[in-house]
Amino acid sequence: MNAVLKVCLACAVLMSGAQAQGEPRKASPAETAAIETSEIWAKVRTQLFGQRKIDPNADSLIEFDVPVRAEDAAIVPVAMRTRIIATPERFVSKLYLIIDKNPSPISAIFSFTPESGRADIETRVRVEEYTPIRAIAELNTGELYMAARFIKASGGCSAPAGKDAEAALANVGKIRLRVDREVRFNEPNLVQLMVSHPNTSGLAMDQLTRLYAPAYYVRSVAVSYGGKPVFSADVDFSISENPHFRFYFMPRAAGELKAEVIDTRDKSFVASLAVGERSASAATDAR
Amino acid sequence: MFGKRLPQPAILVLVVLACVCGARARASDDRTAPLTMQEVAAGIYVHTGAHEEPAAANRGDVANIGFIVGKRCVAVIDTGASLAVGQALRAALRAVTPLPVCFVINTHVHPDHILGNAAFRDEHPAFVGHAKLPAAMAAKGPIYQRALAREIGAAAEGSDLIAPGQTVVERSELDLGDRVLELRAWKTAHTDNDLTVFDRTTGTLWLSDLLFAERIPVLDGSIRGWLAAIDELSALPARHVVPGHGSPNLQWPQAMAPQQVYLATLAADIRRALANGQSLARTVETAAGTERGKWLLFDQYNRRNAAAAFAELEWE
Repeated sequence: MNAVLKVCLACAVLMSGAQAQGEPRKASPAETAAIETSEIWAKVRTQLFGQRKIDPNADSLIEFDVPVRAEDAAIVPVAMRTRIIATPERFVSKLYLIIDKNPSPISAIFSFTPESGRADIETRVRVEEYTPIRAIAELNTGELYMAARFIKASGGCSAPAGKDAEAALANVGKIRLRVDREVRFNEPNLVQLMVSHPNTSGLAMDQLTRLYAPAYYVRSVAVSYGGKPVFSADVDFSISENPHFRFYFMPRAAGELKAEVIDTRDKSFVASLAVGERSASAATDAR
Repeated sequence: MFGKRLPQPAILVLVVLACVCGARARASDDRTAPLTMQEVAAGIYVHTGAHEEPAAANRGDVANIGFIVGKRCVAVIDTGASLAVGQALRAALRAVTPLPVCFVINTHVHPDHILGNAAFRDEHPAFVGHAKLPAAMAAKGPIYQRALAREIGAAAEGSDLIAPGQTVVERSELDLGDRVLELRAWKTAHTDNDLTVFDRTTGTLWLSDLLFAERIPVLDGSIRGWLAAIDELSALPARHVVPGHGSPNLQWPQAMAPQQVYLATLAADIRRALANGQSLARTVETAAGTERGKWLLFDQYNRRNAAAAFAELEWE
């Protein structure tokens, strides 16, 4: 009997090997159909943009970098990089990140100004289902462009919940703002903002008590330089635990880079960084 | 009822047919055939799962699960990724002993270890786990169930979540009758709810997923915590160890070395990337690349491990 079972197991189909990674990949016909016929997207589109025209060929304008598979459903790196040089006359003012099948599809709305220098953002999101994922760029002129991809969920033991719930709660509100390289004036400089926060959806039900944990997440981020806004974000629990953002600012003179993060309990976490006449200190942590 | 002088090949065919049909008949009676088990030490039975992702063809039979038989009763240790695997484990247990199942121990929250729990429900055992297991089951369990349905289809049905009624904060003992099992709850390592089982009688340490053999370790807790736990575990005297994946016939503590090297390499590569200001997306493409070729399922899990480790180590 054991032998019979063994034979059956031996027949088991081995799962396919490595996923192509990194390079943008053409969506399959089924994935393209999912992207184009999504009912959730139809609703979100109407809510956010009404009947405005959206150019679906944004790849010349936005580089939208998402992995083919959400290897770790809790930490899926996503990057949106725009390919136009920002001028006061024409710049990308907003980037929308939509994950159709997430519990809250409008996952993030990032706002930029000419002080951003470059409308680029890298962050990490939760992805639990096979889903279309979209980046929509809005220009200050009102033009809209969309780049869409299809992302496969991971299986097995991957879940969007965090890895250590207790540790996440214990560290709430630690915040780090850092500029890794020497700051150069009049050009875009990369900034990293890290916030220690469980960023929970409140959608997990306790099987014993049948109660839902309360939602607790970061809802807004605002970054200014010398008092002028450079970057802001309206976000929710689609963003991974310990929200992380990489973006740019363009300093023209010495000043203070300041980030304020507000969560759903109206707690505010602030970090600031002095950018000197010649250079900012590297990897300065503000907590 | 058969003739007395059948030619020998015919007898052989009949014997084989009888075996196969017997297996089928038993399978339809119990709705399942028993898992293959290995008695790694006296009274300790281990089924070695396939080094595969859960799929319809393997019903999720991808993890090491088993049971320990005492004088009074039996403790099941992990139940497989689906009700069907749990039932096959129970059939195997019943082929070994009629004693009641008094404990079902879940070594951690991962679906390939807990989603067969329902197979034992009507034996009314105490379900036992780490003190943090109920919360982890609540947060992740329903997602695991949906993933299982995607992976194995209708066979996923009935793979209910059963949270532990008895939990372990640090240490605890279970008496199976002339056989005491020492349970130990670990700080966050492979997950935040890892539990090990030590059988004093045979000196067998059931490590479950705190040790991966042959197949790439999966990081779903803390890389620093896991490396610390490895140091502590390696110093424990054990005559036999049972990994969560891979052969249960291992040299101890040498068996821990490949995993230690993998995790240490991953941590070192990521710390270097962080020092260079490299992003997560880029880092996961290269971190621990030197370990490729040493592990099964490397490409399915290494990037994922790197992402998890990166998100942890960037806060150092």
